[in-house]
Amino acid sequence: MRRPPSSGSARTPQPLLIVGLLLLLCVSLVCGVALGAAGIGAADVFRFLWAGVSGGTVHADDAADYTIVWEIRLPRVVLAAVVGAGLSAVGVAVQAMVRNALADPFVLGISSGAAVGANAVILLGAFAGLGVWALSASAFASALAAMVLVYAVARSPHGLTPLRLILTGTALAYGFEAVTTVMVFGAARGEAARSAMMWLLGSLGGATWAQVPLAAVTVAAGWAWLRWRAEPLNALAMGDETSAALGVQPARLRRELFLVTAAVTGTVVAVSGAIGFVGLMVPHLVRMLVGADHRRVLAVAPLAGAVLLVWADVLSRLLLAPAELPVGVITAVVGVPAFLLLMRRGGYAFGGR
Amino acid sequence: MRLDIEGLSVDAGAVRLVDDIKLAVDSGTFVGLVGPNGSGKSTLLRCVYRALRPAGGTVRLDGDDVHAMEPRAAARVVAALPQESSAEFDFTVTEVVAMGRLPHGDRTAASDREICAEAMERTGVAHLADRGFLALSGGERQRVLIARALAQRPRVLVLDEPTNHLDIAHQLDVLSLVRHSGLTVLAALHDLNLAAAHCDLLYVIANGRIVASGAPHDVLQPALLAEVFGVRAHPVRHPETGAVQFLFDLLPPTA
Repeated sequence: MRRPPSSGSARTPQPLLIVGLLLLLCVSLVCGVALGAAGIGAADVFRFLWAGVSGGTVHADDAADYTIVWEIRLPRVVLAAVVGAGLSAVGVAVQAMVRNALADPFVLGISSGAAVGANAVILLGAFAGLGVWALSASAFASALAAMVLVYAVARSPHGLTPLRLILTGTALAYGFEAVTTVMVFGAARGEAARSAMMWLLGSLGGATWAQVPLAAVTVAAGWAWLRWRAEPLNALAMGDETSAALGVQPARLRRELFLVTAAVTGTVVAVSGAIGFVGLMVPHLVRMLVGADHRRVLAVAPLAGAVLLVWADVLSRLLLAPAELPVGVITAVVGVPAFLLLMRRGGYAFGGR
Repeated sequence: MRLDIEGLSVDAGAVRLVDDIKLAVDSGTFVGLVGPNGSGKSTLLRCVYRALRPAGGTVRLDGDDVHAMEPRAAARVVAALPQESSAEFDFTVTEVVAMGRLPHGDRTAASDREICAEAMERTGVAHLADRGFLALSGGERQRVLIARALAQRPRVLVLDEPTNHLDIAHQLDVLSLVRHSGLTVLAALHDLNLAAAHCDLLYVIANGRIVASGAPHDVLQPALLAEVFGVRAHPVRHPETGAVQFLFDLLPPTA
């Protein structure tokens, strides 16, 4: 695939893009709250939001609608933005870590591992003693267990090499998925299997305010760390020898990346399931806009991912309302054609030439 | 800055790749490392730019042990052109050169830009600034990587077969660029005529050991070339410059 020689100069100026995306994110958050299956007017939504922010009063007749806006829609929209940002940031990091443009946060098997834990709760009633936290806690614990397993298997005397990481992650992901499938087929309860399925494809349906702080803090911390390490990531993306010659120890950086990636992915998957395509597609879209330099990619990608996932979640609620599609279906339905189109446009050296 | 390698050994499992190497590069000189494929050239160089930790021995820069230095401090002194090319991420030429500033702590965006622009000017790649690195020709890429190395503001430059895959004009061009950088240079080269023409001193490595060293034309003798490279070498004088060049053919079978 030839690329035009002027590709570098045609890039969008970064500050403009960031401000634009921030505005777009605010608009998207408001739209995400205003749009829904309950038929609450936009004016009422704004009134409830204002009441909630300013501590004002709401008429008793509006209490049910107020609860829908403030306790169901808003945390859900905020969580969508947090999850979208987290998956995008981690997607960028994983692609640099394994030096493969086709990698995504789930290539390391962490999400399939989390699915095993979550489904153990849904289908087998495991960890019932943890109450409402059983699902998230079990998903996070099994994500960490999966990570330790992948790390232990992928380790070699030469450290974590990209190919070993990808192969180990992929192979173990198949194993975890097989365990999940056995659990779904073995479960007697149909509704539970459906909920397990929903979880495997990713959904924000269970979002509550209680989930937001931890997820937001983890994603923000992960993002900040990655942005801080953006220059060493550039060196790592060029190759292990190059990074060593530039004073970046590739094995050590890869270990750190693995840890951050696992923590963010585990947290995100614990609240929303395995939402696919965001972590693969957003980094690519952003590279097309701002180039490959991780300083810019990591500034822009989480914002773009947040906007994308807010809208994907809105669509998942509205398309078959009042029934709800898993949001992973939307990201795939929107993502696959958009991705193929951009790839075929030819102006982008997709994973090199 | 001088570079001294002493007693350097590297093991891969039970195999000794490089064995008890002693090598010295005087300040400001261009020293070549020649040897057949698999003789340990790259392994030796990797120990100098810290991609590999040797099993034994030391690499010293003006007496300081490179492997005892903080990684970024070492990268401020030694720059390298490794033999690898990742084709996954399409950085622009400017971005690739800017990576050379990574080891430096006390820097500003403005000073970085100035240093990178100067490095690109020196290697003649300023006009490529906004081009994608992956879309460049082999010769242009090497020039860009030399610009990155210069932006690192090092004292020592390590090159692993910098003329690989380049046509003859670009081979000469890259070597003269390096030669005139004023840095202490250690380079693995596979073209013996090029090595002889550009290096102040040559080390010949075979099976992980240094087997000869000295001024190029003292070292490159037909008997040694037959033993190390398995070729028959015929020295001939260049009709115009008078420089000695070699013509090669395979040794006759000895069975």
